[in-house]
Amino acid sequence: MNVATLTISEIQTGLREKKFTAQELCAEALRFAEAENPKTNAYLHFSTERAQAAARAVDEKLARGEDPGPLAGVPVAVKDVIVTKGVRTTCASKMLETYVPPYDATAVIKLEQAGGVIIGKTNCDEFAMGSSNENSAFGAVRNPVALDRVPGGSSGGSAAVVAQGTAVVSLGSDTGGSIRQPASFCGVVGVTPTYGRVSRYGLVAFASSLDHIGPFARNVNDAATLLQAIAGRDPMDSTSAPAPVPDYAAAMKAGDVRGMKIGLPKEYFEGLASETGDVIARGIEGLKKLGCDVREISLPTTKYAVPCYYVISSAEASSNLARYDGVRYTRRSAEAGSLIDMYKATRGEFFGAECKRRIMLGTYVLSHGYYDAYYIKAQRVRHLVAQDFSKAFENVDAVVAPVSPFPAFKLGEKLNDPLQTYLSDIYTITGDLAGIPCMSVPCGKTNDGLPVGMQILTNHFREDTMFRLAHAFEQSNQ
Amino acid sequence: MKITEQQVRYVADLANLKLTTDEVARMAREMDEILSHIDQLSELDTTGVEPMAQVLYPGGDGLRDDVEGATLPNAEVTANAAAAGAGFFKVPRVIER
Repeated sequence: MNVATLTISEIQTGLREKKFTAQELCAEALRFAEAENPKTNAYLHFSTERAQAAARAVDEKLARGEDPGPLAGVPVAVKDVIVTKGVRTTCASKMLETYVPPYDATAVIKLEQAGGVIIGKTNCDEFAMGSSNENSAFGAVRNPVALDRVPGGSSGGSAAVVAQGTAVVSLGSDTGGSIRQPASFCGVVGVTPTYGRVSRYGLVAFASSLDHIGPFARNVNDAATLLQAIAGRDPMDSTSAPAPVPDYAAAMKAGDVRGMKIGLPKEYFEGLASETGDVIARGIEGLKKLGCDVREISLPTTKYAVPCYYVISSAEASSNLARYDGVRYTRRSAEAGSLIDMYKATRGEFFGAECKRRIMLGTYVLSHGYYDAYYIKAQRVRHLVAQDFSKAFENVDAVVAPVSPFPAFKLGEKLNDPLQTYLSDIYTITGDLAGIPCMSVPCGKTNDGLPVGMQILTNHFREDTMFRLAHAFEQSNQ
Repeated sequence: MKITEQQVRYVADLANLKLTTDEVARMAREMDEILSHIDQLSELDTTGVEPMAQVLYPGGDGLRDDVEGATLPNAEVTANAAAAGAGFFKVPRVIER
């Protein structure tokens, strides 16, 4: 067996035909991942015992003739901002370096109930804040496609392990593009579901009204299978959506996308780096060949999405990160002093530069005299961004766009310009602000061989349409 | 300059965040640049547009039934504390005799 190229369906067939056991697959996946990880630093730590126990449970179910679940034996990596009981969850921060959660995230429970085997936790930007994975307190991740380049972020590790073959699928989180952008940079599939489609219980909060958990995979089928397993209403997350979860596999089998109406937002194609633009243009020609009805549309508020996002996400982050004060979460500064001095010293000592920047920005926009001008104003603009999409979806089934203005850049290249880094999130943050499902599907490569992803966005809860289009495109684009 | 170092210190105080002198200078520069960019929001006429705080969908009342359930044992909750004792989180003394 070659764990680096296995798909979920190949694993199911292999288990059924007794070509290998779940425990053999788990051992091989762990051996390969541990051997390959020094090249990329994509895993922060492995969950060997938990993986072995999960694999053993799958083998026992198979031996008893029971259904071991749709993810039976599948080696899965989980971003280290999603809590795992008994397995360290650091958020790639010094603040939580030794934190061992006393409970599991709902997505983690569901994934194991479906037979998945969690083999390790992946590196990311600290508290998921960043677009290059260089904000990790435990070292940057290198892009397996080009080791001198970033994998994107914040879910850089989760994208890299799937591209590198050191996991079959993985979970990441997306607040402003943190799944789609690294998926595009590493040449894999990355899905941000509808807001509320997957429970956020156990996802360490960054910006609660924008945070999503979603899958990475090497093909659309595997991404859909993983989402199917973790989606649905959860009593532990009051914002999780009650809508029933459709059968995504059936939606993809329906196959034909002839006549599907696709909108290309003109605002997303202005100022696009030329090679990325060329790759996307070829992808769009491919959609036309499939019989899609492609037309230009306008999402006029796009230009304001970046400032809107950075006000709202930073405001929410400043509230959410207030809990790390040296009392409940492992780290406390050794500097003596009063309670307040202890809070300040702990936070100053253990948060990295990007977290401090977001906390400061968020505290500023929420402070007296600025709350209405910044925070409430941004929430009104968010409403306009969402309305742009709901108007567009009156006329089209899907929106197709680039994911990032450029492909993976060199490590260190963009470290000293936070504003320029924020501006590069322009094509991904709109989907998060509107709460609609969106994904990156591999589209092509630049002349240097760097992957470029194409973004597909659909209306709330229309992951079925999104997967159908992505699957048809993937099949035609091989 | 929209943001002075004095304002940075004031906001850091609100956020309970200790910053070094270098960090204050850098933060003033970066926040100034970012906030100047954010200022373009004021170009947009949002009269009559409701603030959108959350993505919510029809059909869900949001809240689960209020029934008693299991909670985490005290020892597990305090296991991650920087300092704990007798089932409590320990903090520096806040009341002086």
